[in-house]
Amino acid sequence: MKNLYSEEIMDHFRNPRNMGVINDADAEATIGNPHCGDVMKMYIKVAKRPLSQKLKVKSKKLDKQTENEEYIKDIKFQTLGCGAAIASSSIATELVKGKSLTEALKLTSDEIARRMGKLPPVKYHCSILAEEGIKKVIENYENRRDKNQ
Amino acid sequence: MKRIYLDNAATTPVKPEVFEAMKPYFSRDFGNASSIHSDGQQARATVEQARHEIVEVLNCKDSEVVFTSGGSESDNLAIRGIVESAVGTRRLALGGWQKNPQTADQLPHVITSAFEHHAVLKTVQMLEKSGEIKATYVKPDKEGLIAAEDVKAAIRENTVLVSIMYVNNEIGTIQSIREIGKMLEKLNSARSEASTGRRIYFHCDAIQAAEYLNLDTKYLHVDLMTLSAHKIFGPKGIGLLFMKSGVKITPQITGGEQEWRLRSGTENVAGIVGFAKAMEIIQNAKCKIRNYNSKTEKLRDKLIDGILDRIPKSRLNGSRERRSPANVNVSFFGAEGESILINLDLAGISASSGSACTSGALEPSHVLEAIGVKPEWSHGSVRFSLSPETKEKEIDYLLEELPKIIEKLRKMSPIK
Repeated sequence: MKNLYSEEIMDHFRNPRNMGVINDADAEATIGNPHCGDVMKMYIKVAKRPLSQKLKVKSKKLDKQTENEEYIKDIKFQTLGCGAAIASSSIATELVKGKSLTEALKLTSDEIARRMGKLPPVKYHCSILAEEGIKKVIENYENRRDKNQ
Repeated sequence: MKRIYLDNAATTPVKPEVFEAMKPYFSRDFGNASSIHSDGQQARATVEQARHEIVEVLNCKDSEVVFTSGGSESDNLAIRGIVESAVGTRRLALGGWQKNPQTADQLPHVITSAFEHHAVLKTVQMLEKSGEIKATYVKPDKEGLIAAEDVKAAIRENTVLVSIMYVNNEIGTIQSIREIGKMLEKLNSARSEASTGRRIYFHCDAIQAAEYLNLDTKYLHVDLMTLSAHKIFGPKGIGLLFMKSGVKITPQITGGEQEWRLRSGTENVAGIVGFAKAMEIIQNAKCKIRNYNSKTEKLRDKLIDGILDRIPKSRLNGSRERRSPANVNVSFFGAEGESILINLDLAGISASSGSACTSGALEPSHVLEAIGVKPEWSHGSVRFSLSPETKEKEIDYLLEELPKIIEKLRKMSPIK
């Protein structure tokens, strides 16, 4: 299998991070469909934390109006798909866990692909699917939150 | 533990006896069979001796076997060669070589099945797309069988070729080649008596049948038949096309006019010797063992029953009764083929899958689609192909490992 997939992919395939279900998730999203072969489901738990905490290091532009930022406290995935689809999901969840929603939305498929080491071109759509999964679950969360406000 | 190889429909290892037989023909007896000197004459004698051994199995004349580089070339030669020859005949009948002398209904018509090997299917599709032929793709039933009457119903006045495989490479279903062959023969004699319509040639890709089934071309009533050595413990890079005397075919590789002027290129002497040796080993074994297939069949059935018993939401693809002794093709709901294969590989087992993700094409298997398997099932398909060398303890080990793998993947899946 060494010639098919990089060590990074095989590592995530064998020991996927954040795999499973969050029963009391704040939002869920399913993308892909069984017809095409890949289905990903993402679950997130969102929490708030003081904004300054993180931005102290990162930026001087402190927005005084919002004292708190929402971040991904926990994230889990379930994936029906090939090795690259499972590894993409695992890597994507690892990359956004603990990040603010704003930061998490910036995750790109390129970044996921880069973390996967050597990703065969025919498998790029897997990293795109993972990016979409993260975006969709955050979008679902925000829609739900805005509706309740 | 030694690795377990259950992908014999993809390729097989060269048997030591085959390798031994081939060895002299690389460095020691290296002659070109077309040369006039002793080295060449010896090579010629070797090639003809090997050919003669093979034609005994095929029950045909020496001049009816053309060696090629393998199955794909044989299939291409059969289809393109027959079509080109038919077009040429037509053009002459119309009074010489003209540009586009044919209207659509005058084009040669080719019938094949919707679940042929790509070497046949893509060749026919390509000729159809480029406007050289009209084509009909006969659908198999849910069991993966082609009905002779469906082939008959597809025949038109301009039909020049029917190409149906003997054993499907993915699902292992055995087609009624003899029945189709006899039907076409009857039709051809009626056509010739009435002087209507064209002679319809019957080509059969018999690659997956060679180890287990009858290859007698007279019994099968075929005009052309493809075989390949590397699926029967012979070397890669050598195959053959049987062509009955009188079949009008245009060569696709031109040059030194080897192989009865039908396939140019210096003969692959070592390959031909290896091919003949591999065929001879099977024939000898069939003489010694009364039912050569039964051992493989038993292991196949054990594997099928074991999987269906131990793994819920699993199904067998293709007819259980009309099935190659070597083929087990199963689908698992909620587990994806490539992921199953990687896990099997990590457990030391080699298999294959009709899943989209393994082909690089992102399309699920055209074979499973043709027999009506829903995509959510075909994505989770795995093919285990056995051989007479497969051991019972290998099947036992697989039956231990596979349920764990499917369970693990199903835990990861959002669709149960």
